[in-house]
Amino acid sequence: MTIVPPPDVRYSESHEWARLDEDGKTVAVGITDFAVKELQDLVFITLPKPGTKVARGQRFGEIESVKAVSDLIAPVDGEVLAVNGALEGKLEVLAQDPYGAGWMIQVRTAGGPEVLAGLMDAEAYARFTREAGHH
Amino acid sequence: MTATLRKTPLHDAHVAAGAKMTEFGGWSMPVWYGSIKDEHRAVRTKAGLFDLSHMGRVELRGASRVALLDRLATNEVAGLAVGEARYALFCDERGGTVDDIVYYVLPDRLLVVVNASNREKDVAWMREQARAVRGAEVVDRSDELAMIAIQGPLAAEILAPLTTAAIADLGYYRGAEGLFLGTPAVIGRTGYTGEDGFEVYFPREQAERAWGAVLDAGRARGLVPVGLGARDTLRLEAGMALYGHELTADIDPLEAGLGFAVKLQKPADFVGKAALAARKAAGAPARRLVCIEGEGRKIPREGHAIYRAGEAGQAGATDPVGKVTSGTFSPTFEKPIAMGYVAAAAAEVGTPLEIDVRGERLPSRIVKKPFYKRPK
Repeated sequence: MTIVPPPDVRYSESHEWARLDEDGKTVAVGITDFAVKELQDLVFITLPKPGTKVARGQRFGEIESVKAVSDLIAPVDGEVLAVNGALEGKLEVLAQDPYGAGWMIQVRTAGGPEVLAGLMDAEAYARFTREAGHH
Repeated sequence: MTATLRKTPLHDAHVAAGAKMTEFGGWSMPVWYGSIKDEHRAVRTKAGLFDLSHMGRVELRGASRVALLDRLATNEVAGLAVGEARYALFCDERGGTVDDIVYYVLPDRLLVVVNASNREKDVAWMREQARAVRGAEVVDRSDELAMIAIQGPLAAEILAPLTTAAIADLGYYRGAEGLFLGTPAVIGRTGYTGEDGFEVYFPREQAERAWGAVLDAGRARGLVPVGLGARDTLRLEAGMALYGHELTADIDPLEAGLGFAVKLQKPADFVGKAALAARKAAGAPARRLVCIEGEGRKIPREGHAIYRAGEAGQAGATDPVGKVTSGTFSPTFEKPIAMGYVAAAAAEVGTPLEIDVRGERLPSRIVKKPFYKRPK
């Protein structure tokens, strides 16, 4: 049932993922399978409008489950290019395909080698969640 | 790992089943095994199995046991027949609610079930009161007994073959003693879900075996284990109070709509009786516990302020009329639902309200209590 973190994305400690496009500037952002399973029973999502500035470590939206509401934290700096509007009425996509169809926003970043700095690779993230699962 | 949490005798079974565990009232308890919504729906349509071994179970023994409980509880005790059960409150002298409880009249004792978070406080208080009533003993059996609940429309047919107690004939809010999977048990037809169902009290050593046996017996009929997440959504739909939310020392049972469990006419003087009688004589409570239905999918949560609809931004009319005590997304109705205290003037069914959900006004209205009533 668990979806292994794919190697082509980077991960934050607050369980967002970031995938850098071939153009070297556009970054797709979503939440990980681990986060979806921790939240469970998703009810509602609030995402920013295109054009909104986002900043690494800052809230860009929120996701609500039956049990609680959680902030969505941006893993990169930039401006929102596109929003996955299809998620709103179909949150089950997040459980089925969190790293693909479950993308939340596309962010236009400044590009360069620093874009994904500070984020974990798949191996480090897998280790991080294993430890988080045993707290 | 911070403070050491208490574990029920079924803790290892929950972890082995892949349950997500959480802290509740000092206990490590399962929130869900798979999904709150699925577990909720299983209880509404088939059956669910709950571990409630964190709750406090206290026996009152001795010739004066009835007098003792009559002194503590707001509901009647003297005059009840063996096998009867009641819901009641423990109040303080001011009429504030100390706990809400269920008790069973057994041939040689009373079994009192209290909230996990209030257990030590309640036991100490019962012992203190017992000193004034000679001939009554307070025995905390919480660590010796397991407690499970089987709830849902198929609960009776799943449980019946597992016990010698005649549960088919057992009425609502009645209890019986008998063998449950060969071990002595008390079985009550009560619950906290709005469905038909049973709560079973039996020796803790038998807990794992019994848990597995009930799951095996019910699986083919759709019985699933249910965590505290769905327990909360089920009780909320059923309009039932949760101590610490709808009930606290600052709330009296009359404003909570629990007047049916407060017997001011009973001969015994109980703690808080005079205060509650005075409040009742003074007229209707200034605030009332109401059920509220919201629009959309944002969920009102505990502490969110409630306003009259259309008052946002209007000068002089922006004071909240109440506060949410519990809220969730109803799996049955697919709507946000909440309970909360609202000023009596704004507490009529149909009153349009707005709830401040993290800065956004959620249109909502008061609906008839409870949200959910099982089909007869």
